Amino acid sequence: MSKTGYTSNEMMVITASRFLKNDAVVFIGIGLPSLAANLARKLHAPNISMIYESGTLDTKPDRPPLSIGDDELSRKALSIVSVPEMFRYWLQGGRIDIGFLGAAQIDRFANINTTVIGDYNYPKIRLPGAGGATEIAGFCTHTLVMLQQTSSNFVNTLDFISSVGFGKEGNSRPKLGFTGKGPQAVITDLGIMEQSPETKELIMTHLHPGVSVEQASESTGWPLKFAESIKTTTVPLEKELSLLRKLEKMMK
Amino acid sequence: MTEFLSLREAVQKYVKPGISVAMEGFTHLIPHAAGLEIIRQKIHNLSLIRMTPDIVYDQMIGMGCADKLMFSWGGNPGVGSLHRLRDAVENNYPHHIEINEHSHAAMANAYVAGASNMPCAIFKGYRGTDYPGVNSDIRFISCPYTGETLTVVPAIKPDLAIIHAQRADKHGNIWMKGIIGIQKEALLAARQSIVTVEEIVDQVNEKQGGTVIPRWAVNVVCCVPKGAFPSYTEGYYNRSNDFYVRWDEISRNRQRFLDWMDRFVLSTIDFSEFMLKLEKQGYV
Repeated sequence: MSKTGYTSNEMMVITASRFLKNDAVVFIGIGLPSLAANLARKLHAPNISMIYESGTLDTKPDRPPLSIGDDELSRKALSIVSVPEMFRYWLQGGRIDIGFLGAAQIDRFANINTTVIGDYNYPKIRLPGAGGATEIAGFCTHTLVMLQQTSSNFVNTLDFISSVGFGKEGNSRPKLGFTGKGPQAVITDLGIMEQSPETKELIMTHLHPGVSVEQASESTGWPLKFAESIKTTTVPLEKELSLLRKLEKMMK
Repeated sequence: MTEFLSLREAVQKYVKPGISVAMEGFTHLIPHAAGLEIIRQKIHNLSLIRMTPDIVYDQMIGMGCADKLMFSWGGNPGVGSLHRLRDAVENNYPHHIEINEHSHAAMANAYVAGASNMPCAIFKGYRGTDYPGVNSDIRFISCPYTGETLTVVPAIKPDLAIIHAQRADKHGNIWMKGIIGIQKEALLAARQSIVTVEEIVDQVNEKQGGTVIPRWAVNVVCCVPKGAFPSYTEGYYNRSNDFYVRWDEISRNRQRFLDWMDRFVLSTIDFSEFMLKLEKQGYV
């Protein structure tokens, strides 16, 4: 905990939660995205429709789940569908607004690696793999991505493209036939990145309070550019912080 | 005719070295007891298939049961890595395993194709990713009607599927409820099937809601109460999130893992003794 009274991770989760609107239909990845979505639902978005890839449609868990198929999600779902139905009808069918993803590595065009660090056949670190993310990134109308901003996470070249953000040159989505528009924002522990309409790459549009331009540059593996008028995100409100901490405690 | 066997007899009869086995379950209803019985019987050279390999596949891989693994997400949900899977892929310990990696959408579609007796599945996955470059099973075709480029993957047709369900009736019809995942497709895609259940009742049917799998698609039913632990069976017991967290520490170190498996799995005669031992040692 820093002297601000909250951690940079808490700032990241709270910032991400603010992106979720009350009427959103959100496909939620496990971990930080799930925590942020559950926070949003308890605060400003009580009617958000949360979807987990295990098949739970519009579920309203009291505690954030540890896994995408926890009994808590199943008990509180509007409906439960099979995994093929989830991926064929709901996701590929284009019936989900927002895909909410984590990542291990991301590049300047918001493409994501969750597969391996190092060579695929002789990996330095074998990560879990794509799971649902490949097609979530493709077929939701928008995606939100959240991960910690370090120079080893925000890399110039990905070791492996598991999921497409804006594609290799930053403009491949239409060519690939994706109906979705791609990442709306990448939310980090230092601030928010969005796609530049000119260069098509991710630029820093917001910094969290107390974070410097230098710090953000040093924590990025490519020459990071900043929006002309860079904004500062709003500090966590007391009710956001206390609820987030309560939710985290419930997961343990 | 569906047979009713003990889990030990079922594994002896159906799980042969070298076959492909899909033991499915999407967080819910994971057939843990069956996996442990395969480890107890020291059956090796298996081609394991599972969308979300979790603790039970980590155990089987760490104990050397698998030569191959087809999967789409291999982690300990909400906790971190599967350390035994990683040790096999990164360091060939206990031996090399061949990886056939997919996305969830690909495997889900491939199971549907298998169950439908199709040679392949057509969908819109993998576009723009590096997966086609590392998995030659992922190919592309042109739609004969629109010209659109579509992705194809071969159907999954396992030699054997093993799943866990809430109930079977005395005729062998299976009843399941809650998150049903990909189990029905896996079972119908497979040549043979074993279903472990919490209990055997007089009759299951459509009036009870849920999903019913008719008996002629099921070779064997085994009654194994708590057989999904540390996963869960809706209506019977909750997921032991605590055990998933503890598995991280147990599996991180090779010797610690082997000692634990020896103590709790190889030294117990069946799943009920395994559960008793876990309870005595404060794991449950």
